[in-house]
Amino acid sequence: MRYSGFRVIKEALSGHKGWTPAWRDPEPAEHYDIVIIGGGGHGLATAHYLAKEFGQSRIAVIEKGWIGGGNVGRNTTIVRSNYLLDGNEPFYEMSLKLWEGLEQDLNYNAMVSQRGILNLIHSDGQRDAFTRRGNAMILNGADADMLSTADIKKRYPFLNTDDARFPIKGGLAQHRGGTVRHDAVAWGYARSADSRGVDIIQNCEVTGFRIENGVCKGVETSRGFIGAGKVGCAVAGNSSRLMSKANMRLPIESHVLQAFVSEGLKPVLPGVITFGAGHFYCSQSDKGGLVFGGDIDGYNSYAQRGNLPVVEDVCEGAMAIFPMLGRARLLRMWGGIMDMSMDGSPIIDKTHIDGLFFNGGWCYGGFKATPASGMSFAHLLAKGEPHPNATAYRFDRFEKGLMIDEKGMGNQPNLH
Amino acid sequence: MIIDHPLLGPRDSAEFTYMGDARLIDRPNPNDTDAAATFFDYAYLRDNPAGWHRELWFHEAGDRSWLVVTRNTLTHEISKVELARDVARAQGRSK
Ligand SMILES: Cc1cc2nc3c(=O)[nH]c(=O)nc-3n(C[C@H](O)[C@H](O)[C@H](O)COP(=O)(O)OP(=O)(O)OC[C@H]3O[C@@H](n4cnc5c(N)ncnc54)[C@H](O)[C@@H]3O)c2cc1C
Repeated sequence: MRYSGFRVIKEALSGHKGWTPAWRDPEPAEHYDIVIIGGGGHGLATAHYLAKEFGQSRIAVIEKGWIGGGNVGRNTTIVRSNYLLDGNEPFYEMSLKLWEGLEQDLNYNAMVSQRGILNLIHSDGQRDAFTRRGNAMILNGADADMLSTADIKKRYPFLNTDDARFPIKGGLAQHRGGTVRHDAVAWGYARSADSRGVDIIQNCEVTGFRIENGVCKGVETSRGFIGAGKVGCAVAGNSSRLMSKANMRLPIESHVLQAFVSEGLKPVLPGVITFGAGHFYCSQSDKGGLVFGGDIDGYNSYAQRGNLPVVEDVCEGAMAIFPMLGRARLLRMWGGIMDMSMDGSPIIDKTHIDGLFFNGGWCYGGFKATPASGMSFAHLLAKGEPHPNATAYRFDRFEKGLMIDEKGMGNQPNLH
Repeated sequence: MIIDHPLLGPRDSAEFTYMGDARLIDRPNPNDTDAAATFFDYAYLRDNPAGWHRELWFHEAGDRSWLVVTRNTLTHEISKVELARDVARAQGRSK
């Protein structure tokens, strides 16, 4: 069924009786050409691009819970391509371009909103760093704009540009960045993949791999064995847990990241703002809630909930830059499990086991990567070689000293 | 989270800096012939278990001792806290 404005009006006039489920609920088949583990954004996007761009068929996405129940439905929805390093920036810029055409590609309203992202600058050193970053972005075909304090005052009159504790000295803006409705991304990819024959199998946990003579033959699941020509793993925070079933140890630690949303307010915040003197970022959802977050909690966790010290730290950042937030009531807070890699960058690669492929290590920035990750993982699965924009995301980069460490923190996952 | 420090009693975890898997105590010998491989493993690969995990916490805003905390990553429950010095010595790491 094609979605359109006309369709909405037609259904409204006929009592909304004509809508059909957006995807099927199939029984697993005995064998697929390609099995993707994980029905998050990355797994579903991979299935969509495999079917649509790479002409693959007989594909299944296997999800232990319901699609969109993981990080794709828990993040703060920010998309941007403001990276510095060569291994990253072309990949994230490809992602931003795919976001720009996503709704037409999927025939689904994912509320892609290029409302712009502004990274505030509070010191001369930070201005130098952001100028360098902006130049790297422009060299890679992305947009970047250095704003003066006067420009910022015009856009965001409520920011204190006169005598704040951390004075605002300017900002790096990416006007094409913004937000996307996160669950709609999962649903849109799922619907499109399903319409191209992909089986989306929910409530089915992968419990192991069947590996014979170094070749992966399929997966053991809570609903029995499912054979596969190729298996692609895209389970984000659960990466180490899943890959340990194939006796692999990963350069990844799982950490909890919290996020917060206030009660619905009238429009006050047109774009996304990040505070440069602490870790705090904020945007306003279309429903009016101020959506904000900050640092990860900093210790290994699979609990999907965090602790108070980080809540306090985030609120201190909020009060330093948006004192008005102190008057708003908090509606909800939650946590998600991040696959924090040793250099803060992801992995999209083959494993040493034939037919077993891995996608993970997204840290707290994998939502914006969803389309490019799906495209690159599909490319790798279909053609056996990496997408030209994802050649740096290899397993062996740690061994070879080819880390992609945006922050220059070294092998300390909780600092990325 | 409250960490029951063996010398100081219960302390807020916010006083500590988390330093990762306690297996980092087992630093490989740089003079071994396979040191490149063992150091790659040591520096970059982690078990990252869902469940009980022994990990290093540094009492940075306290007495600056290093602790080995046994904590459940699924519930954040802490079952055991030891001085890292004692753990390392028991493993023969130093005199
Ligand atoms: C609070 C928070 C804020 C964030 N903010 C941003 C942001 O503003 N911008 C940004 O770019 N990124 C952000 N992120 C990061 C981003 O959400 C993730 O990096 C990204 O969603 C991970 O990819 P995914 O969507 O495929 O993961 P998920 O949605 O977690 O998908 C993985 C799926 O695998 C399933 N699974 C796990 N194990 C198994 C198994 N054994 N068998 C079958 N299925 C299994 C899980 O149930 C899950 O549904 C944020 C994350 C959090 C938690």
